[in-house]
Amino acid sequence: MTALHRKLLRDLYQLRGQMAAIALVMVGGIGTMVMALSNYHALSDTRALYYDEYRFAEVFATAKRAPLPLVEAIRGIPGVREVEPRVTGFANLEVEGYDEPVTGQIVSLPGPGDPGLNRLYLRQGRVPLTDGEVVVSEAFAEAQGLRMGDSLVAILNGRRQALLISGVGLSPEFVYQIRPGDFFPDFKRFAVLWMARDPLAMAFDMDGAFNDLAITLTREAREADVIDALDALLAPYGGTGAHGRDLQTSHRFLDEELGQLRVMTYLFTTIFLGVAAFLLNIVTGRLVGAQREQIAVLKAFGYSRWEIGRHYAELVLLLVSAGVLPGLALGAWLGRGMAGIYMDFYRFPFLEWSLPIPVVVLAFGFALAAAALGTFGGLRRAFVLPPAEAMRPEAPAVFRRTLTERLGLGALLDPTARMILRNLERRPLRSLMSVLGIGLGIGIMVMSRFQSGAIDEMVDVQFGFAQRDDLAVTFTEPTSWRASEELAALPGVRAIEPFRHAAVRLRHGHREYRTSLQGLPAGADLKRVLDDRLRPAELPQDGLLLTDYLADLLDVRPGEELEVEFLQGHRRTVRVPVVGTVREYLGVGAYARREVVNRLLDEGAAISGAWLALVPGARQEVLRELRRLPRVAAVTDRAAMVQSFRDTMAEGILKFTLIATLMAGSIAVGVVYNASRITLAERGRELASLRVLGYTRGEVRALLLGELFMLTFLALLPGFVFGFGMAAVLVIGFESDLYRVPLAIAPSGLAFAGLAVLVATALSGLLVRRRLDELDLVAVLKAAE
Amino acid sequence: MGEVEVHALRGVNLELFAREFVVLLGASGSGKSTLLNILGGLDAPTTGVVECRGHPLTGAGDEELTRFRREHVGFVFQFYNLIPSLTARENVALVTEIAADPMTPESALALVGLEDRMDHFPAQLSGGEQQRVAIARAIAKRPDVLLCDEPTGALDSTTGILVLQALERVNAETGALTVVITHNVVIGSMADRVINLSDGRISGERRNAERSAAAGLHW
Repeated sequence: MTALHRKLLRDLYQLRGQMAAIALVMVGGIGTMVMALSNYHALSDTRALYYDEYRFAEVFATAKRAPLPLVEAIRGIPGVREVEPRVTGFANLEVEGYDEPVTGQIVSLPGPGDPGLNRLYLRQGRVPLTDGEVVVSEAFAEAQGLRMGDSLVAILNGRRQALLISGVGLSPEFVYQIRPGDFFPDFKRFAVLWMARDPLAMAFDMDGAFNDLAITLTREAREADVIDALDALLAPYGGTGAHGRDLQTSHRFLDEELGQLRVMTYLFTTIFLGVAAFLLNIVTGRLVGAQREQIAVLKAFGYSRWEIGRHYAELVLLLVSAGVLPGLALGAWLGRGMAGIYMDFYRFPFLEWSLPIPVVVLAFGFALAAAALGTFGGLRRAFVLPPAEAMRPEAPAVFRRTLTERLGLGALLDPTARMILRNLERRPLRSLMSVLGIGLGIGIMVMSRFQSGAIDEMVDVQFGFAQRDDLAVTFTEPTSWRASEELAALPGVRAIEPFRHAAVRLRHGHREYRTSLQGLPAGADLKRVLDDRLRPAELPQDGLLLTDYLADLLDVRPGEELEVEFLQGHRRTVRVPVVGTVREYLGVGAYARREVVNRLLDEGAAISGAWLALVPGARQEVLRELRRLPRVAAVTDRAAMVQSFRDTMAEGILKFTLIATLMAGSIAVGVVYNASRITLAERGRELASLRVLGYTRGEVRALLLGELFMLTFLALLPGFVFGFGMAAVLVIGFESDLYRVPLAIAPSGLAFAGLAVLVATALSGLLVRRRLDELDLVAVLKAAE
Repeated sequence: MGEVEVHALRGVNLELFAREFVVLLGASGSGKSTLLNILGGLDAPTTGVVECRGHPLTGAGDEELTRFRREHVGFVFQFYNLIPSLTARENVALVTEIAADPMTPESALALVGLEDRMDHFPAQLSGGEQQRVAIARAIAKRPDVLLCDEPTGALDSTTGILVLQALERVNAETGALTVVITHNVVIGSMADRVINLSDGRISGERRNAERSAAAGLHW
């Protein structure tokens, strides 16, 4: 080991406090980055592997009832590789000991020996062998505590049937297990069941027919062409339009989630890179400043600029690596934990988790980039410092009267305050950087609080203000108006608002979007549409209202016409004017009066379901009655759904907020502690002189801590601005047709962030206080200037 | 406020020889340090020529000057300028590690009488000891030129004499041209040659017929 290396190690030891502060930020930054990246890779790798091994289909189509021989024609479409005709349907389920309405989506399994598509992964048990056996989805089984050998009752097409659970399974088709049209998963109230094809076909009158297709394509196939050919073949049989994976519910949500993870990764990485670079900049700048004479001596004795540059570069590298390895470890650990949380929402049979080499390389690259950015200035100074000049002490700093004093307010300041202000003003750039660094910490905290607040706001608006029903009832198919009278007559039903929903394809120019056209009663009160200021809006006499985000997607303005292609009934295509836009946070849709939808569909007063308001205490009775109605396909309990969502989200959000708060706290402590150590190092002599002159410990402390708190107070406002900015980046990054997150930050979030950073400041103040109290008065005054 | 050009040195003509012990005398601001820096290749004159053994130092680039210092020059500074994080032995090793034909750090330290203090950090050494470590560090590479900037300036006379004895011994044993700058006239009597500097010019030069021993000096 050369003498220079020894110097390196001893300097590092000397700098251990600041090194720990930098390492803290680096660990936070690299940890977050590795966590997000490894989690992202884990999810996308797992998904890819799962899709591949369990043969996830590429094109999906449904029809009302198509004859099985049609499958041969579909196989003949150029580009189609495999076709699996299936029977699917919805049924109400009864689970023993559970009174709530449960909806099941039942999917047929291919016959024995046929590998089929969207293959089942059996976690437990075996595939159904007899007519009364089913495999249930894992999420549902777990939520309901069901196991192989248990049984449940399904109302299949109006007939009650007891089903024996032969196994518990998963499928790539239902990684995100959510009821079509819902926004949140509710594992307790929505199940996926797999049954043998024949009994299911019998139950749904699909003998010799199918109503659902899963298709894979050849390598050279063009998806759009296959979809067009498929639509043409299925149209006579009530086809509702084929689509690719991009519109497959589970896949879409998963895609959206992965996209968000990417946004978060970029955002967090940038922030931490910035802060780490900033800290390194200060520390190396300070180090080079303090070692001017040592650098000069080395140069005088013939060490070249490169050797000295390398010496300090090595120092920085070691400083940085102290953060990289623990950061990698922490990130890997958190990433694994995070993937575990995701596995609660996204059901994979296995987790393909590893720490990809590129992520490790990236982490090091990231650290090096931060180091290079941050230390370039300091290293450059060490590099170019002329040896003779370095032998002279640094020119004394220039002090000026502060702005406050120049404004004539100096009389208001006591000497301590004056010294604090002058010191901050002496190094405006560094003070600014410290303020910005602390501000970033505050910003991250504001942002982490923003997430849970925004989700609350979304849920409150959508399910408290727009939608206010107690139960939503959906019929198996569009039904005559009389059905609503039947519902209204049920004891316990206070009000009823029947609706007509229809699957449509909206087209404007070359843009199109598949959604549901929702026909609501005029003056609806249980489901309201909201204007851009979230006030209830009237439905127009004629024409449509579009979600503002959808209007943007279709590039259509109020007053223009939209082509509406119905994917059911007579499959009419009509042109309808867009009258206005509405705002909603969850999903997008088109809204009109129910009569308008009926008229566009060229049908009578048909309805597809109804919203019910109940008299207090009547819920169980109404649910019992509804179960008896054969036409009722599904019953959704809004309050229960929201509650279940909150329960599921709560844990994840809590963990996320905790992690983000710790990270933000580490940034704040890192910056503040460094600022204080540097102040102490630069002004130790001055502070010691004050003590010699008779200042008390308390007064000297006030000087240093006052400066720290001053920096923190100055950082509050920019911190809040950063927080808003970062939240806005997230909002933009998260924006999709599935949901838009509102930019809503509660004052409590700001207060929390500010308070937490003040606590972090107090903490770092305590850390330097000891050093301050131990200032060696004699030694400081004796040292050569 | 405009910039004022200040000439630290003007019209200096000087020839120095191997094995010589030269004392440069002058008050503060007389240009001693600048001259020393130029002689040591730390600084370059704006005009004029500096040569060492026929090699021009003026106009030399940073790399050549670095090599010159590395191979030929040893420095001793007024405030010792030891690396505080390295022990006495390591401070010397800092130089021996990059020199072509150095003595061992141990023998360099023995030459200045510090064989018992080799593993002490600068903070654990007295001022005189620190300065002797600095001398050991400067001579360990067997330099051709040993430049000392006020080596006793921060020391009391007893300690200062110990340091001067070390310089005297090193000069005798290694044969390095030794240049000491000081404002202490007494030190001049131990030199072969005394050069006076004032206001950036050489104002006088005398050769001592007989060098006094450092041990006999008194101030």
